[in-house]
Amino acid sequence: MYSFDYTKPTDLSAAVDSLGTEGAQAMGGGQTLIPVLKQRLSQPSILVDLSGIESLKGIRRMGDMLVIGAGTTHGAVAGSSDVSGAIAGLTELAGKIGDPQVRNRGTIGGSLANNDPAACYPSAALALGATIETNKREIAADDFFQGLYATALEEGEVITAVKFPIPVASTYQKFEQPASRFSLTSVFLAKMADGSVRVGVTGAGADGVFRHAGLEQALSANFAASAVDGVEVSAEGMSNDLHATPEFRANLVKVMTKRAVEALS
Amino acid sequence: MAKDSGIGAAVKRREDARFLKGRGRYTDDMNRPNQTYAYILRSWSAHATLNSVDTEAASAAPGVVRVFTGKDIEEAGLGGVPCGWEITDKHGEKMKEPPHPILAIGKVRHVGDPIAVVVAENYQQARDAAEMIDVDMTDLPAVVDMRTAETIGSAVHDEATDNLCYDWELGDGEAADKAFAEAAHITTLELINNRLVANPMEPRCAIGDYDEDADHYTLYTTSQNPHVIRLLMGAFVLSIPEHKLRVYAPDVGGGFGTKIFHYAEEAFVTWASAQLKRPVKWTSDRSEAFISDAHGRDHVTKAELAMDAEGKFLALRADTRANMGAYLSTFAPSIPTWLHGTLLAGQYLTPAVHVRVRAMFTNTVPVDAYRGAGRPEATYLLERIINKAAQEMGMDQAELRRKNFIRSFPYATPVALEYDTGDYDATLDAVMEMADYKGFEARKAESASRGKLRGIGLSCYIEACGIAPSSLVGSLGARAGLYEAATIRVNPTGSVTVMTGSHSHGQGHETTFAQVVSDALGIPADQIEIVHGDTDKIPFGMGTYGSRSLAVGGSAIVKAVDKVVAKGKKIAAHLLEAAESDIVFEDGHYKVAGTDKAKAFAEVSLAAYVPHNYPIEEIEPGLEETAFYDPKNFTYPAGSYLCEVEVDPETGKVEIVALSASDDFGNVVNPMIVEGQVHGGLAQGIGQAMLENATYDEHGQLVAGSYMDYAMPLAVDLPSFNVETAEGTPCTHNPLGVKGCGEAGAIGSPPAVVNAVVDALKDYGVDHIDMPVTPLRVWTTIQNASVKQAAE
Amino acid sequence: MSTISITVNGKQKSGDAQGNTLLVDFLRSELKMTGTHVGCDTSQCGACVVHVNGESVKSCSVFASACDGATVTTIEGMANDDGSLGVIQAAFQEQHGLQCGFCTPGMVMSIAEMLKNNPQPTEAEIREGLKGNICRCTGYHNIVKAAQSAAAALAGAAQAAE
Ligand SMILES: Cc1cc2nc3c(=O)[nH]c(=O)nc-3n(C[C@H](O)[C@H](O)[C@H](O)COP(=O)(O)OP(=O)(O)OC[C@H]3O[C@@H](n4cnc5c(N)ncnc54)[C@H](O)[C@@H]3O)c2cc1C
Ligand code: FES
Ligand code: FES
Repeated sequence: MYSFDYTKPTDLSAAVDSLGTEGAQAMGGGQTLIPVLKQRLSQPSILVDLSGIESLKGIRRMGDMLVIGAGTTHGAVAGSSDVSGAIAGLTELAGKIGDPQVRNRGTIGGSLANNDPAACYPSAALALGATIETNKREIAADDFFQGLYATALEEGEVITAVKFPIPVASTYQKFEQPASRFSLTSVFLAKMADGSVRVGVTGAGADGVFRHAGLEQALSANFAASAVDGVEVSAEGMSNDLHATPEFRANLVKVMTKRAVEALS
Repeated sequence: MAKDSGIGAAVKRREDARFLKGRGRYTDDMNRPNQTYAYILRSWSAHATLNSVDTEAASAAPGVVRVFTGKDIEEAGLGGVPCGWEITDKHGEKMKEPPHPILAIGKVRHVGDPIAVVVAENYQQARDAAEMIDVDMTDLPAVVDMRTAETIGSAVHDEATDNLCYDWELGDGEAADKAFAEAAHITTLELINNRLVANPMEPRCAIGDYDEDADHYTLYTTSQNPHVIRLLMGAFVLSIPEHKLRVYAPDVGGGFGTKIFHYAEEAFVTWASAQLKRPVKWTSDRSEAFISDAHGRDHVTKAELAMDAEGKFLALRADTRANMGAYLSTFAPSIPTWLHGTLLAGQYLTPAVHVRVRAMFTNTVPVDAYRGAGRPEATYLLERIINKAAQEMGMDQAELRRKNFIRSFPYATPVALEYDTGDYDATLDAVMEMADYKGFEARKAESASRGKLRGIGLSCYIEACGIAPSSLVGSLGARAGLYEAATIRVNPTGSVTVMTGSHSHGQGHETTFAQVVSDALGIPADQIEIVHGDTDKIPFGMGTYGSRSLAVGGSAIVKAVDKVVAKGKKIAAHLLEAAESDIVFEDGHYKVAGTDKAKAFAEVSLAAYVPHNYPIEEIEPGLEETAFYDPKNFTYPAGSYLCEVEVDPETGKVEIVALSASDDFGNVVNPMIVEGQVHGGLAQGIGQAMLENATYDEHGQLVAGSYMDYAMPLAVDLPSFNVETAEGTPCTHNPLGVKGCGEAGAIGSPPAVVNAVVDALKDYGVDHIDMPVTPLRVWTTIQNASVKQAAE
Repeated sequence: MSTISITVNGKQKSGDAQGNTLLVDFLRSELKMTGTHVGCDTSQCGACVVHVNGESVKSCSVFASACDGATVTTIEGMANDDGSLGVIQAAFQEQHGLQCGFCTPGMVMSIAEMLKNNPQPTEAEIREGLKGNICRCTGYHNIVKAAQSAAAALAGAAQAAE
C-alpha cells in the first residue's frame, strides 16, 4: 500500500468535509477498497472511514419503502427480520455475498458505489427500482449505474441510504464464479405491486448490471418458467472471460431467471 | 481393541497444541536483530531482452540500503540455480540445461522472473523504491503453447533453439507396435493434464543471516528439505562449505512439493546478508507466489491402448509433451520421465508399454513436482483411457480392469519397475462395497427425476513411493542420493532424542515417529523427542516428499534403533553377567532369555553414561547411534477410488455427491494421520479435476494469477469422504512394512472424478472432457455434443 | 504515525500505527503476536481471521487505526485460563482438524463465531460458514468434524450449566 492518512469521523458533515481534501477517498467496510489498496491500484491522500457514522447505519420501514443506511453491513441486512419480512430477495442476496467475515464489514453503500460488474447488490437496486440517497440528492437506480465500476456519484459525494420499494415477492438466484465466488451471472427477480415483473442481471453484462426488457415483458404477461423459454437472450453484449463465454452467460441469464420464477411459484 | 499408543494407534498429535494456541513458529514469524527487508521487482513481460536496469533513483530513495541487479550477481560470480536431475534422451544425449541466474541477466523468460531486488529498512520502503527502478526491455515473441514451441521460431534459451529440453523414451516400442498391429480394438485419447499452482497456505519466506565474526551463514527458510538446500545452494550457487552454512526450516505451513526446490530468493538473501552485513528477509505475498513458486503437472498427451476382443490389454503407447517452464527447477526433468513413464503399467498386465516424453521450454513459471509428481499424470492417462475403452467396448469399468489386474508378485513391469506386493482385487472389492456400486442405477434414476445427470467413475491407481535405491536413481540421472538419515540419542536417564532427516510440514512426524520409536524401545512416547528441520542438529537428510518420510526416514530410524539395542545388549550382558547372545530386548527390558533376570532400558542407558561397571575394553561409553537407510526398491501403495457426481445440465455445474477410497498402504502407524493425508490428497485431486487451472494467455500472462481467478477448493465444494485403509499388503523390503500415503488421494481422484462426469454425460455421446470440469466446460461440452447428435 | 490502543485478549495493548497499517500487521509486527497469519493478498484465505468487538473479521482487511479502542480476540486468546486447549481447539486436536497448522488460527476463529450464532449447525451450514477460510491440507473433512464435535461439546457444557 502507498501511505496515506486515515480519519474516522463520527458524523456525516465531518466526513464530507474531509472528502473535500484533494485525493481523499471514502471507505465503507473496506472489503473491496483494502484489497485494491494492497495492489497499489489506488493512491488516496486521506482515507475517510465512514464506519464510525451511526446515522449511516440501520434499516427501517417507511410505508411501502424499506430504507437501508449506506453503512449497513451485508450481515446486518441478511440477519434483519425487517428485511426478510419485506424483501426476501434482499435477505437471500446479502446472505450470499462473500463469506461471514466479508459480510461483517462490507456495506451496501460500498457495494453500490463500487459497481463491480460481478457484485450482487446492483441487481437488486435495479430490479426493485431503488433510489440511491446521497448527501446531495436522490438518484434513481436506473440512472445510477453507468458501466463497469462507474456510477453517477460525483467527487466527494457520499451515499447515505438506499430506498427500496417493497415488492410483492422477490428472489435472488446466484450462480457463482468458481474462483472469486462473486456472481458469474445472477438474477434478481421482483414482482412489483403494479403487477410488473422486473429482472436485474449482474455478472453477465459487458457494461455491467442491466435489466432484461424481454424477460420482464414476458414474465409480466405470464409469470411462468415456460414464459422464459420463448424469450431470446442474446449473447451480444455479454462479457467474456476465463470462466464464461457470452453464450454461456446468456444461457445462465435464462436458467437463473427460470429458477427465480420457480422459487416464487 | 484399538491400541492407544505405539504402531497402529490413532494417537492424537503432539504438535497440535502449539498450532492451536497460535504458537507455531513459521519462518515469517521470525525476525533477526537489525534485519532488512527485500522486495523483488519481477518481470511483467513473459519474454524480453533486458536492455538496461537503472537503479539510481531507487538507490537514493528513503530507507534503501542497496539495490541489486543481475549485474551484481554476474560480477560476484555466483552460480545459477542448479538442477538436481539430468535426463539422457533417446539418442543418448544429455538434456539441454541452460543457466538459471538468480537475478535475470540479459533476458527475462517468464512473468515473475526477478529483475532487481531492493533491500531497505522496511518492506514499504523497499516496495516504494522498486517503483523507481527504470527497466528498459524489448519484448520478444512469447513461447507459451508446448504444442507449437518447437516450430514457433522464438527460443526461450539460445541453447535450445527448438525449445526442446529432451526427447526421452521408455519401453519396447517395437513390441508395442506389433501388438497394435494385431489388436482387435484400439482406443485413442488426447488429453491435457492441467497446470496447477501448489498453493501451500504459508507463502514462501527466507531470511539470510551472516555472522561476520564467525564467517558463518544461516538461512531460515520454508523448505521441505533443509539439507538439500544447503547442499545445492552451498555447493553450486554461493560456494559456501557445509560447515559454514546452517539451513533451518522451522514450522512450515504446507509444501506439497513446491517447497522442495532450491529457489533463487534463498540464495539471494543468504548472499546479500553477507554483502550488507545485516540479515535480509524476504516474504512472498500470494500474488508473487503465483508467479514464482514452481507450478505442477502441465502435460499434453496422446495415448493409445490396444486390446484383444475380450478386452485384454496388449499394449499401451503414450506420447507426451511436458512443460518445463522457463528454467529447469530442482527435480523438474525427472517428473515426466522416471516418475511418470515408469507408472504406465498401473495395476495391469499390459505386456508392452512405450512412452515418449518431450520436455519443452516455455515462457512460463518453471514446472516441477507437485503432490504426486508424475504419478497423477500417469494415472490420469491410464485410468481415463481404460474408461474410454470400456465405454467403446460396452464393458463395465470395473470388469475391464479386473480382466487385466496383476495378481502375482513380485511383478516386473515393462517400464522398469518391480512391484513387490499388492492385492488390487481387495481394494476394488472394498470400494465397490463402500460406494454401493450395485445401487448406482437406482440413484441415477432418482437424480434424473430431479433433472440431474448422475455418473459414477472408477480409478485404480498405483504409485511408486519412497523413491529408491541411490544406485538406481543415480543411473537414471539423479545428482543426489535418496537415502535418509536418523540419529537416536539415548540420554543418560533413558529419554530419547531422535534427529531425523525427514521434515514435517503437516504430516505429524513428531507424533508418528515417536510412535515407532516408542514401540521399538518399549518406552512411553512422552520420553521421546523428535527433532527435524535444522542442518545444525541433524546429521544429514534428504527431506520429505514423494511420500517417503515413513518408508525411508522411518526405516532409518528403525535401523538406528536397532543399533542402539545392539549396543544396549552388550552393556546389559555385562551388567547381567550373561552371554550377549542370551540377551533379548522386549517391552523396554533387556532380559536374559529363559530367566527372570532383566535390566530396564533406562538402567542400561545410565550405565552407558556412568560406565563404572561397564565393558569398557569392548565398547565405548555413551548411547547414540546414527543410521543411513537406502531403500532397496520403491514402495507401491495402490488403491481404488469411486466418485459419484451429479451434473446440472442447464448450468454445467458438477457436484461430487460421494467419494469413496480404499487404499493399501501396507502397515499403518497412525490411522488417523493416514486418513487425514488421504483427505488432503483427495481435496487437491478434486481441485485439479474440478476447479484449478493455471491458465496463461498467448502473451504469457498468467490469467489465473490470484484466488480471484484460480479456484481453490473450499469446504462447500467437497463432500465428506468415505475413506478406508485396507488391511493391506505390507511392503516386503522395509522394516516397517509401510508404503507411504501422502500422495495417493491426489493421484487416484482426478480420473475418478472425470470418469464420473463422462459417465454422466455419456448419453450425449460424450467420451472425454478435459480438466477442470468447470461449469463452462461441461455446459459447452453438452452443447457441442447435442449439436453433433442432432446432426447425426 | 499515531498511537492506538486495543484490548487484545483481555489485555490493554498500545502501539504505533500508520494510516495504512493493517490490523494483522499491527498484531504481528507491533504486538509480536504471530498466531494470526497472512495467506493471501486478496482477502480470501481467512488465515488472518480474528474477532473485533465480538465479530469475526479478516484482520488483513481492516486497518489497525479503525480498531483503536476496540476489543480484539485472537487465536492466542482462545485457550482456557490454565493454558489448556479451549473447546474448539480441543475438538480440532481430537478430530485431527489440522495438519500444517497455518490455516488453523483462522479456522478456529471463524468456527467460534459460527457456533455463537448457530449453536447446532448442519454439515452444509458449517461448510458454508467456512467460505472465507481456505485450508490446503485437510480437505476440510476433519475441520467439519471438529466443528460438529465442538458444537456438541458446547451444547453439553451449556446443558450441564443449567
Ligand atoms: C472475499 C470477498 C468476497 C466477496 N464476495 C462478494 C460477492 O459474492 N458479491 C458481492 O457483491 N460482493 C462481494 N465482495 C465485495 C463486498 O461485498 C464489498 O463489501 C463491497 O463490494 C464493498 O463494500 P465496502 O463497504 O466494503 O466498500 P469499500 O471497500 O470500503 O469501498 C468500495 C468503494 O466504494 C466507495 N464507497 C464506500 N462507501 C461509500 C459511500 N457510502 N458513499 C460513496 N462511496 C462509498 C469507496 O470509496 C470505494 O471506492 C467480496 C469481497 C471479498 C473480500
Ligand atoms: S490473509 Fe488471506 S484473507 Fe486475510
Ligand atoms: S492445516 Fe495446512 S492449510 Fe489447513
